[in-house]
Amino acid sequence: MTISVPIPSRGLTPEQAAARQKIYDLPLHELNPGDPQAFADQEMWWKFERLRNEDPVHFTSEEHSNHGNYWSLTKWEDIVAADTDPDTFSAMAGITLADQRALAHAATRAAGLDRRAVSAEGVELSPEEAATTTTVTPPEAPSGITSLLSMDPPEHDIHRGAVADGVSPSTLRELEPIIRQRAGAILDGLPIGEEFDWVDLVSKELTAMTLATLFDYPQEHRRQLTWWSDVVTMFPGPDQPVKTFEEKDEIMAEFRSTLLRLFQERGSQEARKDFISLLAHSPHSKDFTLGELLGDGVVLLVGGNDTTRNTITGSVYALNKWPEQFEKLRANPSLIPSMVSETVRWQSPLTHMMRVAKKDVVLGGKQIRKGDRVALWFVSGNRDEAKVENPNEYIIDRKNPRQHLSFGFGIHRCLGNRLAELQLRIIWEEMLARFPEIKVVGEPVFSNNNFVKGYESMQVIIPRRA
Amino acid sequence: MVNVTFGFHDGTEQKIDAEVGWKLMECAVNESVPGIYGDCGGEAQCATCHVYVRPEWQQATGERTPAEEAMLKATYGVTEQSRLCCQIVVSDEIDGLVVDVVND
Repeated sequence: MTISVPIPSRGLTPEQAAARQKIYDLPLHELNPGDPQAFADQEMWWKFERLRNEDPVHFTSEEHSNHGNYWSLTKWEDIVAADTDPDTFSAMAGITLADQRALAHAATRAAGLDRRAVSAEGVELSPEEAATTTTVTPPEAPSGITSLLSMDPPEHDIHRGAVADGVSPSTLRELEPIIRQRAGAILDGLPIGEEFDWVDLVSKELTAMTLATLFDYPQEHRRQLTWWSDVVTMFPGPDQPVKTFEEKDEIMAEFRSTLLRLFQERGSQEARKDFISLLAHSPHSKDFTLGELLGDGVVLLVGGNDTTRNTITGSVYALNKWPEQFEKLRANPSLIPSMVSETVRWQSPLTHMMRVAKKDVVLGGKQIRKGDRVALWFVSGNRDEAKVENPNEYIIDRKNPRQHLSFGFGIHRCLGNRLAELQLRIIWEEMLARFPEIKVVGEPVFSNNNFVKGYESMQVIIPRRA
Repeated sequence: MVNVTFGFHDGTEQKIDAEVGWKLMECAVNESVPGIYGDCGGEAQCATCHVYVRPEWQQATGERTPAEEAMLKATYGVTEQSRLCCQIVVSDEIDGLVVDVVND
């Protein structure tokens, strides 16, 4: 059975209808939106549909999940309320719903990353020492990563402030011609008239090149950055590229020691505008722990990696599923920016972010207690009919396409959002100029992941050049 | 209606008529001023309407709101003149206002 994205307005396949029914037959309290398999099988849609209608602020107990006890916010209004209230909903919640088995593994390792990190004077840990220490697990970082994304003010503001200029408007203006030249080279190198994997040859390639530039990492090793970033968000298993936690730890250790070496090098050189140099030269960096420094590096990398890549893939997929939208785009390329925003909404490249309640609060009629973990399901809010008209339809010229939850709102709002939009706009300008048709063959392989909503691979054929 | 001018980094400008009582961001989005968006609907929660107010206009445009201060700590290119223009309400006091767009 091939798995396809369900498009309710066209009617469901028998398999999709059966999967939907199965979700509706479950007792409500057993619904576990965080199950990664449901994302691979494209069945999560039914859970969120049911919850928005029947139990918008929904509690899942550890009995029914691998992620402990947690609340789910499924409607736009509640998600925005939580996202914009850091005094009540703290980000010190580990970023994602963490599988309890991953937490158990992290908790058994010794903390080694709480020592002071890079300053102009140097660091206490050598890269070799860093490679043999393991992920730190303070109570507020169950995922093992402490970073600006999982901090509250005032600490958050210091870390975010240190790196914000890495994606400033002047930097983006400098990057635009470079991105365009690379996009052109990638597209000109694609096979004509034969199938290839769009994810590998286009989506990963362009984003890897941009990432390497943002980190001032050698272009010839750019796929190393992609790989490390993918490993961060991967839950090891037999079907995954990384099979065990031990393997994941080794890869992460290599990543960390590389980052640390780069921090040390850049810290002793003149200040530049890449993320590593910005962090190393921040006047506050002497106060950053090693764990925080590495964590900041990790989230900046992950933030720019699979999100943009999956939206590039998603745009080709969606335009194939809605061919009249593809025709509309070809007839009117000025719709590209609008199409980009609509794709970011429809794709919802990151499904959720976690918060933890700092005090008791009532939301959606439910009593959330201090210490409770709360998942903000952007993927569900983006399909909330109360806010978005015909939300399950891909409409590239809908009214207010920029109105979506995918970048979040509030102080943690995606820092790189304009860079993502820039890459998407450029690649589409270059694609429309070159290829009259881009055909998806069969169905993509959807990622088995409850956080990164993406595509492992997607076969495409380009019949001819313009 | 009052007159507001938006300046861009290449030296060009766009003059718009702004409706009194509206948020300046709303007026800019209405007139498709490049680089001014209102992704959060005008609640100082996205920083997509970031402008620099020319020094001679800073008094007339008033003080930043608390939500605005929090968001400005989280974005790039922030100066003393930074405002999120969804927090500037159009009034007769700002007739002739000139601001510069950060994200063009």
